[in-house]
Amino acid sequence: MILAATTNESLARMSDLLIYSSMAVYTLAFFAHIAEWVFGSRSKVGRTAAALTQQAAGAAAPAVTVQVTKAGGTAVLDKPQVVTRSAAGTRDVPDGPGAAGGTVKGDLYGRIAVSLTVLAFLVEASGVVARALSVQRAPWGNMYEFSTTFSTVAVGAYLGFLLAKKNVRWMGLPLVTTVLLDLGMATTWLKTPSDQLVPALDSYWLWIHVSTAIFCGAVFYIGAVGTLLYLFRDSYENKLATGGNPGAFARSVMERLPSAASLDKFSYRVNAAVFPLWTFTIIAGAIWAGDAWGRYWGWDAKEVWSFITWVGYAAYLHARATAGWKGRKAAYIALIAFACFLFNYYGVNIFVSSKHSYAGV
Amino acid sequence: MSKTDTTETERTGDEAAGAQLSTAPQEETALGGPTLGVVGWVRWFWRQLTSMRVALILLFMLSLGAVPGSLVPQTSADELKVAAFKAAHPTLTPLYEKLQFFDVYSSVWFSAIYILLFVSLIGCIVPRTWQFVGQLRSRPPGAPRRLTRLPAYTTWRTEAEPEQVREAALAVLKERRFRAHTAGDAVAAEKGYLREAGNLAFHVALIVMLVAFAWGQLFKSEGGKLIVEGDGFSNTLTQYDDFKSGSQFGTDELQPFSFTLNSFNGTYEKGGPQRGTPRTFEADVTYSEGGADKKAVIRVNEPLKVGDSKVYLIAHGYAPVVTVKDGRGKTVFHGAVPMLPIDNNITSTGAIKVMDGYRDKNGKKEQLGFTALFVPTFAGAGSGTMFSQFPALDFPVMALTGYHGDLRVNSGLPQNVYQLNTTKMKQFKIDKGTGVAQRMLPGETMTLPDGAGSITFEKEIKEWASFQISQQPGNGLALAGAIAAIAGLTGSLFIQRRRIWVRAVRGADGVTVVEMAGLGRSESAKLPEELGDLAVALTAQAPPTAVPEPADEPAEDPAPSGEADK
Ligand code: HEM
Repeated sequence: MILAATTNESLARMSDLLIYSSMAVYTLAFFAHIAEWVFGSRSKVGRTAAALTQQAAGAAAPAVTVQVTKAGGTAVLDKPQVVTRSAAGTRDVPDGPGAAGGTVKGDLYGRIAVSLTVLAFLVEASGVVARALSVQRAPWGNMYEFSTTFSTVAVGAYLGFLLAKKNVRWMGLPLVTTVLLDLGMATTWLKTPSDQLVPALDSYWLWIHVSTAIFCGAVFYIGAVGTLLYLFRDSYENKLATGGNPGAFARSVMERLPSAASLDKFSYRVNAAVFPLWTFTIIAGAIWAGDAWGRYWGWDAKEVWSFITWVGYAAYLHARATAGWKGRKAAYIALIAFACFLFNYYGVNIFVSSKHSYAGV
Repeated sequence: MSKTDTTETERTGDEAAGAQLSTAPQEETALGGPTLGVVGWVRWFWRQLTSMRVALILLFMLSLGAVPGSLVPQTSADELKVAAFKAAHPTLTPLYEKLQFFDVYSSVWFSAIYILLFVSLIGCIVPRTWQFVGQLRSRPPGAPRRLTRLPAYTTWRTEAEPEQVREAALAVLKERRFRAHTAGDAVAAEKGYLREAGNLAFHVALIVMLVAFAWGQLFKSEGGKLIVEGDGFSNTLTQYDDFKSGSQFGTDELQPFSFTLNSFNGTYEKGGPQRGTPRTFEADVTYSEGGADKKAVIRVNEPLKVGDSKVYLIAHGYAPVVTVKDGRGKTVFHGAVPMLPIDNNITSTGAIKVMDGYRDKNGKKEQLGFTALFVPTFAGAGSGTMFSQFPALDFPVMALTGYHGDLRVNSGLPQNVYQLNTTKMKQFKIDKGTGVAQRMLPGETMTLPDGAGSITFEKEIKEWASFQISQQPGNGLALAGAIAAIAGLTGSLFIQRRRIWVRAVRGADGVTVVEMAGLGRSESAKLPEELGDLAVALTAQAPPTAVPEPADEPAEDPAPSGEADK
């Protein structure tokens, strides 16, 4: 029985050690990413402006050629080449080459950064697992545990995207930076020694509800980073399109990011994919509340902010289907929705008294 | 930035091909009011209300409106907190009361927002459903003239006859469960109708959930009952300490059952930094629905379910047993007195009230009252604190202060069982302790001065548990709605609705030109991939011929319109 278990001190100490070690490795990854950006800046990338001027000059749609290659006479056919084209009304701008800027040295540092991130992720994940073993329960009983799991999942999701060969390496630096902030906060202000749960948290719904909540938060976070960069990149492209002349630093950074359209699509996909899971999280929470408190919905502060977050993301999805709200406005809504998620996570736990506030700060 | 070279006709061609790929309402571009009198205005208003833009604004207002309820205490959640807030903010209170900030979620304005939203939702779903049914019964629209303009495009030349290619394309597409038909020189196909179905199901499910919620509110009942170990409860209105019900609830709908609390067991963390944190709470009960007695354990996350009703364990505390004797040695009170915990270590306060039967040493009828402070684990004499050090019964101590006089229980005002109204009472002077209160260990007796009698703190200390008994219909419906909502949403967000066209015409040089293009509701990386796969499948029956000289084929217009339009 979970409750009879005694806290295993040495495992707990090992977990702490692993978390601190992961922070050290993340710091190395952070510097490697900085090096990637610094060396990448030596490259000359000005493709956005070129693409925009080409469009303004009325260049024709990409020419279509029939591409059939025959290999060694035995008529092995390649796929016919598919030409893609953005919908009318969107800018056709190529994606930037990434932080490394296509330079060999930058790319080397980038690869080092990713390898270090993988290592840090493994160390951090073991730290979370050790914590779970030390308390013999799900490691989500207080904010320290939420925070460490949260950043582990966010990095895991990012590495998952990399593994799936998605173009996300541009996210490396912002992600590693914020993961360090998150862990720094967790190990200083939110640190709670490992221990067991109060009876109200001792339920299998904890596994279901809290794990999905953390997962949703971590992936929404990745979406939010994409959205934020989209806004910057979109301003940059707008400036170029209207003949503006961005500063050298902005140019160097922005040119290496994916195009605004790609960033927007990326964050939409991420947010849209998580939204049903977030819906499920709230419903699972309601079922749990029904068992634990005798009502499945009682407008408790935590419930209210989950609901606000949910409506916020629903508004975002709607905005993307509403004329006049696509693009930047929808992006602002997505950021507001994520801010609501964050407030629910930190704000409600710390400032608002709620039935959920036993999640020890 | 739209393409400057897109001519008007081409754009309309694209739009026709993409039309009805979703059932989203058309945006009203002109916001000016109508000129058609009342009916016109009503229609205009209705169209506004059911537009996406207004739905979006209402969603915004709904989330904004929910905020104050999380920051201001709510009557429905905690009346005591509301009272404390009102006392602390005398200037804000009247304003908040006017704005219904203490009852946000049942306020007029919050209800107005969500009712408007749901009216908008219904006004949106009904026409969308008809439109969708219409789309299901009609065929995918024919190919636009210029397939090169679509988001994904491919082309090749083949020796196969155009009719042959079209037939093959039809077969390939149908095999992949596209709805396909041949229209003129091209095959038109569409797939992913489940997206729209899922979206409609999701929105309908939201309405189902709202109805279930409202139903539950109207017919629910909820009451609290504090029970000391050994005592019982039967589910009738008079037995409740407090009781709330929805406006449509009839008291005869209370589920007939009864239960007895055999024992309550709490265990607490013994050491470490979280010493004292509760680990288990268990209430052992025997219950009966009219038939045989059954045993059950109620825990915090595990209510007892009896028919439609659920019995939840809400709180617990201690109920020391005391015996009060009057001046002549006659027992006038004997029983367990529940004490109200005031901190996490269950330092508790309470009142012992002896209402009748007591006579003082002169035989005069009087009432007795004691205020009690009970700690399950005493810090030790001289520690300077009377607060409990641990929640379990390790070193129980009770401090009592006695009063005699009139308890004022019949003054007409409701009385708090944990507090004594001492306005009409006189305090006993006590020789031990502080002179006012006396600290007692279990088994000890305090003698009241002037032969006024005695009070004994018995060795046996009982625990009490309080329960909430709720009955709420509509939960099953709400759950069904929730599951349907998630399923619909998943379909709506993960399924891509897309159209594919395959055109095969004989080129100027007599060789067949195959063109394939795809269009999705939203741009998706999957669409070009799928188009590529389909093209590969089709090349099996329409093998490509050699690449012609570039001069033979103008890249911009591979299908000369003269032939395409025939
Ligand atoms: C209770 C309030 C509502 C909520 C929570 C809600 C939620 C959602 C969500 C999450 C989506 C995303 C699905 C997707 O992108 O395909 C969606 C789509 C949609 N909603 Fe709502 N909705 C609500 C009310 C309405 C109303 C009142 C309308 C009518 C004006 C409406 C019309 C639509 C349409 C047309 C779509 C499809 C958009 C698309 O195809 O991308 N919804 N809704």
